[in-house]
Amino acid sequence: MKTEAAISVKDLRKVYSTRDGSITSLDGVTFDIKPHEFVSVLGPSGSGKTTVLKIVAGLEKKTSGEVRVEGRDVVGPQRKIGIVFQVPALMRWRTAIENILLPSEVLRIDKAQARERGMETLRLVGLGDFANKYPNELSGGMQQRISIARALAHDPSIMLLDEPFSALDMMTRNQLNIELLRIWSDRKQTSMLITHSISEAVFLSDRVVVLGARPAKVLEIVEIDLPRPRTPEMRVSKAFIEIVDHIGRGIGLEYA
Amino acid sequence: MSSSESVWQWFKVLTTLISLVLIWELSCRLFEIPQFLLPSPSSIVMRMIEKPMLFVVHGWYTLYETFAGFIIAVLVGLLAAAIIIIMPSVRDVLMPILLIAQLVPKVAIAPILLVWFGYGVAPKIVIAFLVAFFPIVVNTANGLMAVERELLDLGRSLEASRWQIFWKFRMPSALPELFSGMKIAITLAVIGAIIGEFVGGDRGLGYLIIIANQELDTPLAFAALVVISIGGIVLYGAVELLERLLIPWGQPIPQTQAAS
Repeated sequence: MKTEAAISVKDLRKVYSTRDGSITSLDGVTFDIKPHEFVSVLGPSGSGKTTVLKIVAGLEKKTSGEVRVEGRDVVGPQRKIGIVFQVPALMRWRTAIENILLPSEVLRIDKAQARERGMETLRLVGLGDFANKYPNELSGGMQQRISIARALAHDPSIMLLDEPFSALDMMTRNQLNIELLRIWSDRKQTSMLITHSISEAVFLSDRVVVLGARPAKVLEIVEIDLPRPRTPEMRVSKAFIEIVDHIGRGIGLEYA
Repeated sequence: MSSSESVWQWFKVLTTLISLVLIWELSCRLFEIPQFLLPSPSSIVMRMIEKPMLFVVHGWYTLYETFAGFIIAVLVGLLAAAIIIIMPSVRDVLMPILLIAQLVPKVAIAPILLVWFGYGVAPKIVIAFLVAFFPIVVNTANGLMAVERELLDLGRSLEASRWQIFWKFRMPSALPELFSGMKIAITLAVIGAIIGEFVGGDRGLGYLIIIANQELDTPLAFAALVVISIGGIVLYGAVELLERLLIPWGQPIPQTQAAS
């Protein structure tokens, strides 16, 4: 028996028309994400992986193909989706907790209830003591954690993460990878992570969808059968390195 | 900036000003410059002490015109900027018209405004409004447009209404720009009011300067100038104070905190 996919992308095409003619960004991308699964979409820069995310989020229109979220065709933005962007995109005029409360304000959720849940989410990302700080008083890593908390605050069933750690240094990045896993195992939201880091994708995911260079097609979908919970030590294990190497060769061959 | 640094800052400004005034005073006495050419600071101060009510009464009119023109400029400027942002199709039409309106020399149309609005406070308020309006529209529109793309995407993904996007996302991010426009506008509004008083009327500090010039009472003219400058600085300071109260996030933060 097959469970219904939380996110289902079938034969997705995206063509941009520019002054110099049309550019095919996505050329028949197909993959599924099951409920509560953590899947990464991996690809070289400019491969249109962010476009996949935006189309799933309903922020951009597809050219053709089928995109369904929880069984429904995507026709526009959906509140059941929380998004974490490449940049923290925090409102600098709001404190940490006020930033986290923004979605519930827009969605007109009861204030007291939202605040309680907001604080809980803030503690979940490890920033319970920083509720009343403004973004410019926090480090880049902390800001990105707040933006993760903001995406989680209204308890969406699906999380879309668009290269959320790419602007951070390696140490912060690895640390936030572990944090993200901890948060994910707490909330179990269906998650789709866009990344160009192979080791990040392998470390976090149940499966990795590997995209080729533009026009992007799915080269391969790799099952990551490393045990959970994942620990930092796994990053140097033989199994881990073999998977990373395998995916790397896959992308490398495409360039040859 | 720590408080001891800002005290030092003020100390430097004040000592420089006092030195300049002293040099001015001494030169006037030493070279026996006639008062109608360049009055000494002491004679200007004497003029102010002799008839303080003169400056209070005329000063109040100028302040009233300036402030009224400024407030109308802020309200209309905000509205225009909002329209430009919410209806992009209007922008292409409105911006050139605003630019043309800005390029018309206000001094040249002041006499016409007097014909239209009479000799009372109305034409002065209109001129103050006209000169103060433009920086507010341009700055606010820029601020409203400068919202991060990702923030707007976030708003859309939450299915926020146009209204919510404007008030929750665009307006707060435009506040610092609005205030920098307001700081330029308040100083321009003072000039606008004075121009209006120059051209016609029988009240205000600008009128006082015209009278003083006609009677070769240069100390009086200078005294009026001093009052105008002080008033302008106070108004500017008031806008800045309001800015600090309304946008605490725009303030520079102490070094120790920023570094961590």
